[in-house]
Amino acid sequence: MKHESVDVLIIGAGASGAAVAWSLADTRMHILCLDQGDWMKPSEYPSTGRDWEAKFYGDWSTSPNIRGRPEDYPVNDDNSPIKVVNFNGIGGSTVMYTAHWPRLHPSDFKVKTLDGVADDWPIDYDALTPFFEENDRMMGVSGLSGDPRSPLTHPPMPPQPLGLSGPVIGKAMNKLGWHWWPSDTTVATMDYEGRARCINLGHCTPACAQGAKASTDITYWPHAIRAGVEVRTHCRVREITTSEDGMASGVIYYDKDGVEQFQPAEVVIVACNGVGTPRLLLNSKSERFPNGLANSSGLVGKNLMFHPYAQIYGFVKEPTDANRAPPTCLWSKEFYDTDLSRGFVRGYGIQFGRGAGPVFEAVASEQKGILPWGADHHRVFRRLNGHRIGVSAICEDLPEEHNRVTLDPVLKDGHGIPAPKIDYTISENSRKMMDHGLARGREILEAAGATDICINNPIPWGGWHLLGTARMGTDPARSVVNEWGRSHDVKNLFIVDGSVFVTSGGANPTSTIQAIALYIADQMKQRLANLFD
Amino acid sequence: MSEHKLTQRQRDDLRTVAAMIIPASDEYKVPGADDAAIQADMLNTLGRDTVPVVAALDHLARLAGEPLAELDQAQRDKIANEFRATGGAAAATLVRVVLQCYYRDDRVLRSLGLELRAPFPQGYVLEQGDWSLLDRVRARQRHLRERIPATI
Repeated sequence: MKHESVDVLIIGAGASGAAVAWSLADTRMHILCLDQGDWMKPSEYPSTGRDWEAKFYGDWSTSPNIRGRPEDYPVNDDNSPIKVVNFNGIGGSTVMYTAHWPRLHPSDFKVKTLDGVADDWPIDYDALTPFFEENDRMMGVSGLSGDPRSPLTHPPMPPQPLGLSGPVIGKAMNKLGWHWWPSDTTVATMDYEGRARCINLGHCTPACAQGAKASTDITYWPHAIRAGVEVRTHCRVREITTSEDGMASGVIYYDKDGVEQFQPAEVVIVACNGVGTPRLLLNSKSERFPNGLANSSGLVGKNLMFHPYAQIYGFVKEPTDANRAPPTCLWSKEFYDTDLSRGFVRGYGIQFGRGAGPVFEAVASEQKGILPWGADHHRVFRRLNGHRIGVSAICEDLPEEHNRVTLDPVLKDGHGIPAPKIDYTISENSRKMMDHGLARGREILEAAGATDICINNPIPWGGWHLLGTARMGTDPARSVVNEWGRSHDVKNLFIVDGSVFVTSGGANPTSTIQAIALYIADQMKQRLANLFD
Repeated sequence: MSEHKLTQRQRDDLRTVAAMIIPASDEYKVPGADDAAIQADMLNTLGRDTVPVVAALDHLARLAGEPLAELDQAQRDKIANEFRATGGAAAATLVRVVLQCYYRDDRVLRSLGLELRAPFPQGYVLEQGDWSLLDRVRARQRHLRERIPATI
């Protein structure tokens, strides 16, 4: 079935798709967003039930392969020590994330110039500054301005309380003389634009029943829809089609009944993030584009960056916040910048964890061998439960072409569309960085008096940050999109998600992803008269 | 409901291994994981875990050779160690199912001093904590690398 053509077609209603839709809405163009998922139902979120922790291991797992909802697509990540995690639905992975909200630093945009590795971005931090600010207002950020080691931010809400865990960590960091600061987060600490304030449900990552955590289904989308943007759910795009002149002509998708549809469009914007976007482009091969769409450079799917997470945790004598608070509250940028005496280039941010609920604690501790079977189980569990603090080093992954997303020759999704295959190895530089992070983390935990120290190196289901697989650049031979997100090869095709990252920084990327989406939307609006020149 | 997917022998072994993981305690006034209500919760909510749990119980049965309950303590401990070492993801799932049902039982949560409710809608109160701890960091000079190449 063929539909009436739209001016702008956005594929994906997650972090970046929502931001770009909202920004473009003021052009009054006919904008349509297709998403393979549905609107979320907060009344069904895990924290509404007594079995809230068990759901994390099944229907609300962060892994699409475990979750296996009809909206999900499988990912062959057997050949990767880090497994892909994401969420599919209106709001995308903002429905299921920790809401930790650092930005890339100015230095992250020029790593070649500063450190002689990878490539500089074709844009700098200053180009994104107004969009970071706009995005922080739209998403509703809480935090404390004035961090001496981070870019200056102006969170519209005060920071989360330190609670019980924050002072334990703060004292340890002060003892060591290292930087720490309350994290910017997208957890509302006061009623904010229709969102109720956080009531400390604790289980933030698999969706917030209170609506205090910002996800784009409750932040950008209501505004965008009021401004006239149409969202069509349960529409899984199979491929982007092209016309004889090499322009994108629309998409073929499967509707909620599994019926193939064609949606023509004047402009196509891809917002499926670092795995979904290359998968779609590689599935969009044609006679004219035999290696996939927008892939004359051969770089679609290559340079996948994950942020390997090196996690270390332990148990202190004092009670901690356990599951009675948002899981993250503090960060440290002490080791963010390059110091070659450490034996590696670039650096990492630290994300501190407040604790865990009883089921998670029991399962994790039993697996680590510190919670025994038998009579002593009860005594040990009471010592561990409610006493955990954690340290995670978010290590900057540098781009390497052999780390890549391709199409699996066998595995397909429920509509028969080839699934993505991940080939990824942790580089020697990243390994050294992770080891350094673990060693510093151990010092922090010891300074806090923690015992029973355990590590996850890397966090295996830690592939949250899917970056670099359709990188931005000025050279069509070395990049997929130009400095304002337009494909070098197809002049009415744009990419606005994490796949355009040139390097990854050492910070959770969603804030920067959305700032880039807003920046690209702004560039498009400024160039509407000659967008395809 | 997934109770019918386990045979009686599998249910017996599940009950026995659950008690080996978490026995009842007079000291803490809690039931063991072999408690009837906790066992019923496991069987009723197995769902997507049924296949790996059945696989784990089959593995356990092969290791034990006879119903687990009929082995003496030393034999059971030996089997348990072997089960954990060789059972892989299926064994881990079985243990997780035992733990997740045990640690949501009212009697157990009460013993731990936890409230018997879902987090939503009541939530929890989070104290502000000691913000003066941050004074030392606030006093630091602002340092943000922007234009300084690293030196070797």
